[in-house]
Amino acid sequence: MLNIGGIEEGFVLDHIKAGRSLDIYNHLQLDKLDCTVAIIKNARSNKMGKKDILKVECDINTLNLDILGFIDHNITVNVIKNGEIVEKKDLVLPKQIKNVIKCRNPRCITSIEQGLPHIFLLADEEKEIYRCQYCEEKYSEISE
Amino acid sequence: MRHLMSPLDFTTQELDQLFDLACDIEQHPSRYAHACDGKILATCFYEPSTRTRLSFESAMTRLGGRVIGFSDAASSSAAKGESVSDTIRIISCYADICAMRHPKEGAPMVAAQKSGIPVINAGDGGHQHPTQTLTDLLTIRSLRGNLGNFTIGLCGDLKFGRTVHSLIRALVRYENIRFLFISPEELRVPDYIIELLKEKNIPYEEVIRLEDVMPQLDFLYMTRVQKERFFNEEDYVRLKDFYILNAAKMELAKKEMLVLHPLPRVNEISVEVDEDPRAAYFRQAQYGVYVRMALILTLLDIDV
Repeated sequence: MLNIGGIEEGFVLDHIKAGRSLDIYNHLQLDKLDCTVAIIKNARSNKMGKKDILKVECDINTLNLDILGFIDHNITVNVIKNGEIVEKKDLVLPKQIKNVIKCRNPRCITSIEQGLPHIFLLADEEKEIYRCQYCEEKYSEISE
Repeated sequence: MRHLMSPLDFTTQELDQLFDLACDIEQHPSRYAHACDGKILATCFYEPSTRTRLSFESAMTRLGGRVIGFSDAASSSAAKGESVSDTIRIISCYADICAMRHPKEGAPMVAAQKSGIPVINAGDGGHQHPTQTLTDLLTIRSLRGNLGNFTIGLCGDLKFGRTVHSLIRALVRYENIRFLFISPEELRVPDYIIELLKEKNIPYEEVIRLEDVMPQLDFLYMTRVQKERFFNEEDYVRLKDFYILNAAKMELAKKEMLVLHPLPRVNEISVEVDEDPRAAYFRQAQYGVYVRMALILTLLDIDV
């Protein structure tokens, strides 16, 4: 079993679906942060069989985790301060998602207008439906 | 500064004010003949449209304003690859208000975000056509006296028809309206419309034969099966004549039922129906000018 040391301040993102940790790394734009990040792939999990874990050593106010609610709200977010878990965050669906998913409607203005951000708005929280801000096309692959 | 992207941008109270203004324009056109003196409307039409563009031009001209613009993408800077954002920034320097039609859905919204002048969505792909909806609502209100307590049948291309989608979304805000959707299986209303009706507990029914529901209708909203919405010629030819309103079908309808159509009509309404007093589609086009006049005045914040 591989051992990764604990962190003083930051986040431990647990119960990530195996293989998705790099996606989340990219969505959270961790490459742009000057901090220590551990990506653990295919860790053994009683609950999931296999899972990924991300450990991010950073100021807890620097990272916006809203997007995780959209990617997978089963992820457990542990907030660490002074080496201890101080909070387990509940993930909620963000009201707006910017430049994370792309509108696939070929008739949408996003298909031709340069530099236009792809913005999706939460249209139905219960059914987890997001619609493109411009053409209102439904995004249909939320849990993939 | 306000824009018009969707009929839902206005509350029902604001729509009432707009329609009151449109009625006043209808009653007293001379009062408004110089309301927009010195103002310029830019009609930026990236795809051809005779009726909507001319209706806007007529509206602005009747208000005493002037019109500049282009009527297809080929004669605009879009042909050189200019973005919508850049175009509207330039148009904002030339005009006081802009009506934009674009084949790409959401293009007028992009324009509105960068614009220095009010932008009116004059139709964006298969998405929205709010001024047609305002026209439809004003027609219904004017000919019936109010916007509630009726059964409306929508017939034809309910899948791709943006006028239908906009109208339904606008009508669900009024009380006691029942919808009957009459279309072939292939052109049924999209799921999100059905979801909306279910969520709001609004009665609706989907049927295939127009004859079956004619006696129930207070309004029949006919639509054209648009060739440009099809990728496949064979599908178009197979479906285009599916629903044709003729004198025989009109016999089944109530005496006071009214037939609406966003126009242009191809052959979904036989010309023999035109003489029937219940045919309201040409009057509807007239209301389209009044409502656009009222809209221009409202967005330019001009009191008469």
